[in-house]
Amino acid sequence: MNVTIARLTMSTLFGHRRGLLLFILPAVLLVLCVLLALTVDDTADFSTALLQMFGLAVIVPLVSLLAATGALASEIDDGSIVYLLSKPIKRSTIIVTKALVAVAVIIVLAAVPMVIAGLILDFGDPQTALAFGAGTLVAGIAYTAIFTALSVMSGNAVTIGLIYALLWEGVMGQYVGGAKALSVQQWSLAVVQHLTDAPHVKSDVKLPIALILLVAVTLVGITLAISRLRSLVLSTAE
Amino acid sequence: MSDQLRPPAAGVIHDIGYRHYDGPRLGRFAITQALTVSSLRHAYGLGRSGKSKVMPILLLAVMVVPVAIMVGIENALQFDNPPLSQMRYIFFLQAVIALYLASQAPQLFSRDLRYGSIVLYLARPLRRTDYALAKLTALALALMVLMGLPMVILYAGALLAKFDFTLMTKEFLSGLVTALLLSILLAAIGGLIAAATPRRGFAVAAIIAVLIVSFTAVTVVTAILDPEGTHRDVASRYANLGSPFSLVEVLASFVLRGGGDWVPNTTQGLVFAAVYLLVVAGCCWGVNARYAKVARG
Repeated sequence: MNVTIARLTMSTLFGHRRGLLLFILPAVLLVLCVLLALTVDDTADFSTALLQMFGLAVIVPLVSLLAATGALASEIDDGSIVYLLSKPIKRSTIIVTKALVAVAVIIVLAAVPMVIAGLILDFGDPQTALAFGAGTLVAGIAYTAIFTALSVMSGNAVTIGLIYALLWEGVMGQYVGGAKALSVQQWSLAVVQHLTDAPHVKSDVKLPIALILLVAVTLVGITLAISRLRSLVLSTAE
Repeated sequence: MSDQLRPPAAGVIHDIGYRHYDGPRLGRFAITQALTVSSLRHAYGLGRSGKSKVMPILLLAVMVVPVAIMVGIENALQFDNPPLSQMRYIFFLQAVIALYLASQAPQLFSRDLRYGSIVLYLARPLRRTDYALAKLTALALALMVLMGLPMVILYAGALLAKFDFTLMTKEFLSGLVTALLLSILLAAIGGLIAAATPRRGFAVAAIIAVLIVSFTAVTVVTAILDPEGTHRDVASRYANLGSPFSLVEVLASFVLRGGGDWVPNTTQGLVFAAVYLLVVAGCCWGVNARYAKVARG
């Protein structure tokens, strides 16, 4: 953890109105919840479904993607990573710092909004809201590791990350049986299921397996990112 | 700035003191046309590196291959009716269209800003409005190719399978109209977001976030306001204004009097048309204003 790198990463993420998009995503979730709470009577009925299908499946991967690639990929993309790499700082410190910044952003802009959204929809059940917050956090950590590794490995990190987040996590992770076992969304849902008694939250993966896979994906992603950053070839932009 | 860019008689910036060229010069129109064509080629990676061909060609293949297989099956098994209409196909594969827009709009708009080559374009007789329009047109045409190609294949397959000619032609044409409406709207939105930032990765994420989040929000709201799927509820109808895809779907069924899940009445249709025009005009104005700012430096 290096404070200077963390500070610079924060300013890349939020400088020049760029952070606006990061705020828009949770804002859409919250506005939607407020609108529904005002217009529909029994929001508690579909609160878990909404949190899962819109929150965990769309908002969380997108916020994570923006945070993780914004912290690392954009710097590699415009070449300014050279100035960082030429300093006597361990590559592992760089990766870990940037990943931690991304996770901090996810906590503020995805996990907290999820808890608030859960409370807006169903005020009588703070346990479920908090459970979804915790699920968001573990999913966010795993996504950060995946997208950080992707940022170092490919110049098209954002596009590839989007295809993964939308097709694999969004479509396959919800509908195709085999893909469910290998989806961050289902793993985090297992955590949510463990922490809440809400009847409709059901994951296809058992909690111990989900936890092992979450930890494994996080460790592999971060290790891969560090080892790739050690031998990073700065390609010329196409 | 644009006033200074009127094609001058002599001493324009590309005359750097070598032998003079006094012959006829192609004007603004020819430059705009050339820029449109080259941008359209770039949108599919033609004339660029092999790596940048991968994504557009892959997404085009995702659009075309299922249709080709379907046409093969409907001909081999001699179906009586076509398995799906052209209009449905576009909205069925909208995630692919969104990904294409997200991956290619920044290629057309952000790169010139990031590498500063926009200055060179604007130093020519080309006006900045021409530049913006050329890029937007190229993006709309590229999207049109992406959606039109599977439609042409579906149409050709339908004719080969000897389905009803008039019906098929009508369906093909309404598919094309829908695709055109969608291309223009998506190109305007994608162009505005891509032109706003020189960072490619950021533009990609921003475009996809706008398209996917708005569409998911609309789907969720519609599902909650109208749980039985009757499309009677007025509020759930107007909820479709919230995302480009659903907006075009409704607008197309208004213009073509059918094809979508429900046909809006005249007031609703006019509201959708007005919103469509406002968004397109607003985005084009935004792109132009953005380049005005770039040109001022």
